[in-house]
Amino acid sequence: MSGLTTPSQTVGPYFGLGFSWLERTDLTEGATDGTRVTIRGRVLDGADQPVPDAVLEIWQADAKGRYAHSEDAIDLVAPNKFFGFGRVPVNDKGEFTFRTIKPGSVARPDGTPDSPHLVVSVFMRGLLRRLITRVYFPGEPTNETDAVLARVPLSRRQTIISHAVTADAETLVWDVHLQGKEETVFFE
Amino acid sequence: MKPLRGYRRPAPGTQPEYLYPPYVSSLKRAPTKPLIPLPDSLSEITGPSFQKEIVPAKAFDLTRQGKGAPIGERIVVGGTVLDEDGHPIRESLVEIWQANSAGRYLHKIDQHDAPLDPNFTGAGQTFTDKEGRYRFITIRPGAYPWRNHANAWRPQHIHFSLFGPAFATRLITQMYFPGDPLLEFDPIFNSVPDDAAKRSLISKFDWATTTPEIALGFRFDIILCGRQATPME
Repeated sequence: MSGLTTPSQTVGPYFGLGFSWLERTDLTEGATDGTRVTIRGRVLDGADQPVPDAVLEIWQADAKGRYAHSEDAIDLVAPNKFFGFGRVPVNDKGEFTFRTIKPGSVARPDGTPDSPHLVVSVFMRGLLRRLITRVYFPGEPTNETDAVLARVPLSRRQTIISHAVTADAETLVWDVHLQGKEETVFFE
Repeated sequence: MKPLRGYRRPAPGTQPEYLYPPYVSSLKRAPTKPLIPLPDSLSEITGPSFQKEIVPAKAFDLTRQGKGAPIGERIVVGGTVLDEDGHPIRESLVEIWQANSAGRYLHKIDQHDAPLDPNFTGAGQTFTDKEGRYRFITIRPGAYPWRNHANAWRPQHIHFSLFGPAFATRLITQMYFPGDPLLEFDPIFNSVPDDAAKRSLISKFDWATTTPEIALGFRFDIILCGRQATPME
């Protein structure tokens, strides 16, 4: 049997019922090395109002740029491995926060490095399909050459590069704007 | 460096557009700028590999989560998860959530004036087997009103969440029931442009899934996106 991909449908307003058992807002669990960072922000709708019913899912490489997946080189049974998955709901004010490690850069097929980044799915009532976006880190020289950032018009790149709020860059801020002048870059 | 084999995008018409005005919540939440195509990268062809131990063995049976049996029509919901080329999605996490038989969710923001059932949470999880098959035992969910338009009612449905092998294969959808008179009026169901794709969201009554003396069975097969045939550079 073969066929076409099943249509996506919205998570609706009650996804917490099905999602909460697997919430994971501290991705550092199991990581032995890597710079710890806290990433926080808000999800805002087209009227600039906070979205109180959204959830983010994070996927990322470890500090060496390796994914805990059979198609990458991580030893899946090694102890203290970094898992790389997060499920982060927003609160009543549309705010989210999660703790993770800064990933290393991942090599592309041609050998050039991707700039360190997280990939993110955004789910909420009102979204018939998930939104796909990325979070990059400020001040990375490889942000200038990253193959995905290069596809984003310069005027919109800042929407997917988090910014530091403390001198040591331990806390980074990244907001999701669903619409408007600052609309976040979403991918397909 | 090994060349990457990425995932195909779903065929045109099989997925809803973000903006679908009859679904009012999409108006202020759908992106307005064009999506940017991602080149294939390891970031999307990898994804979380959950260990089966994270799901309790009984989590597939939503009728055994309380002290007693939940009220309503007990049903079995099962099917196969495949990719577009017919390969089974093996040992992969499936999550479901749903309203109880009265059409009420166990959720603080659900204020529908219908009773909660102390013996029914409406949430379940399981893993597909080596052939991509899954099976849940649950209660047929009730329809419930919502505020999208005047006298709006959601058809009976069960929410499904699937991961598959990669970030690229993540899918959240809803399963509906055959013959539901509310389907033709539901903007969420009708947001899917292609008619055959839309109808693939309706489960089928199935004797093979029906368990004698226990419960009627509904079959809901799910297809996740397929892989590129040739490695991309």
